Amino acid sequence: MILTTPLAALGRVVLEALAGIGRIAIFAAQVVSHILRPPFYPREFLNAILQIGWFSLPVVGLTALFTGGALALQIYAGGARYGAEAAVPAITAIGMVRELGPVLGGLMVAARVTSSIAAEIGTMKVTEQIDALVTLSTNPLKYLAVPRVVAAVLVVPVLVAVGDSIGIAGGWLVGVNQLGFNSSTYIKNTVDFLQFWDIGSGLVKGAAFGFIIALMGVYHGMNSGRGAQGVGAATKSAVVAASVLILAANFLLTRVFFGS
Amino acid sequence: MIELSDVHKAFGPNKVLQGVNLTIPKGTSMVIIGGSGTGKSVLLKSVLGLVRPDSGTITLDGQDVTKGDREAFLARFGMLFQGGALFDSLRVWENVAFRLRQGNQKRPKDEARAIAIEKLRRVGLKEHVADQYPAELSGGMQKRVSLARAIAAEPEIIFFDEPTTGLDPIMSGVINDLIREIVTEMGATAMTITHDMTSVRAIADNVAMLHGGKVRWTGPVSQLDATDDPYIQQFIHGRAEGPIESVR
Repeated sequence: MILTTPLAALGRVVLEALAGIGRIAIFAAQVVSHILRPPFYPREFLNAILQIGWFSLPVVGLTALFTGGALALQIYAGGARYGAEAAVPAITAIGMVRELGPVLGGLMVAARVTSSIAAEIGTMKVTEQIDALVTLSTNPLKYLAVPRVVAAVLVVPVLVAVGDSIGIAGGWLVGVNQLGFNSSTYIKNTVDFLQFWDIGSGLVKGAAFGFIIALMGVYHGMNSGRGAQGVGAATKSAVVAASVLILAANFLLTRVFFGS
Repeated sequence: MIELSDVHKAFGPNKVLQGVNLTIPKGTSMVIIGGSGTGKSVLLKSVLGLVRPDSGTITLDGQDVTKGDREAFLARFGMLFQGGALFDSLRVWENVAFRLRQGNQKRPKDEARAIAIEKLRRVGLKEHVADQYPAELSGGMQKRVSLARAIAAEPEIIFFDEPTTGLDPIMSGVINDLIREIVTEMGATAMTITHDMTSVRAIADNVAMLHGGKVRWTGPVSQLDATDDPYIQQFIHGRAEGPIESVR
């Protein structure tokens, strides 16, 4: 009995985790299956574009700016050990567009948007607004989930592209003003080194992260517990799940794109 | 006519409904009373399909409510939620006209807005309220907006979940009178959940008391005071002593 109790507890945790993954997978499949089926809610979609994309620009931009600057400093300091200081523009650019732009951008948008979506929809659930939608002949999945998920898949890559550009600009600012690089040489090295797929892979990652960001917000919001505590717990779970899934998806996509 | 037959519903070990039988004739106003946690809201949501009963049948005009065209079924209903359940992100008129802006009942924007303003006027709200957001309104005004939304598409059946909870006695009286007037003039079938005995007397044609997961008593509101059922007597007089445990 003493020996089997921890095993039983472990089994329950594993089963609960698997059931949770199954529920999220079914929810994701339902959302995807509704994307092309009417009715469509263009107003909700445009509002989601604004909320997820436009209002996330400052936080993504500032994150990218400081990250690009710090990256240039680190590469310069590390490269100096091997006499490779000249690689700063190229490594900063590739580091931003392949990894740091999408991942840090995704995590910052997750912190801002996933929490906001989960809290908003969780509050709608506890105040019976979701029940009200049903009684008004409106499918909550179509009205709340689909516009947000589609908007996030479309705008997070744009945010990543903006973040990439600002991050590279951050590296350029540090490189030119602090590390003694010639401005036009820095830009030429960056442009010459980057290939289309370096940028394209980051944008594909951005689309995948956008899907995760919105899906986790909507799923946890719609499954929120009762009261303020329930909404708080749903919001926390949504951000944690989105962040972990972004990092896991980043590893998988990097392996697929560059593993060979 | 709405008919519930041997309806059961449990949430885990908590058996909320344990064989509810109830008939609500067309065009009448039924009020469900009972203590907190006796399953009144679950009963109402079961009829709407928001909660799926474990067993038993619920029919509307002889048709099982779990079968058939869901949109057409829900189009026959209007509902006033306990907390209003207005959509925060939409203006008042957009809330009221929500059903009129989509699905089979879709109208042009101007027409939907005109209907919303007319319904707001019907519940005693002025036109300027139409362009405000729900958060800018008092609790009583939100309740009236929710009532306007419930009647916007002129449904055959209207559900009211605790329509006067949280309102002062005067506003409660206003809401009760509005409900009674609207139900009478529209000829709608109404089902109301309330603890408020003033509401019961103002709104009801018939009353049913839910206790222990079953309908304990049902009959015309005129017989409510005359019945010698000890549960009803304790409830309507608000006594702590009696067969209903005051600490549940």
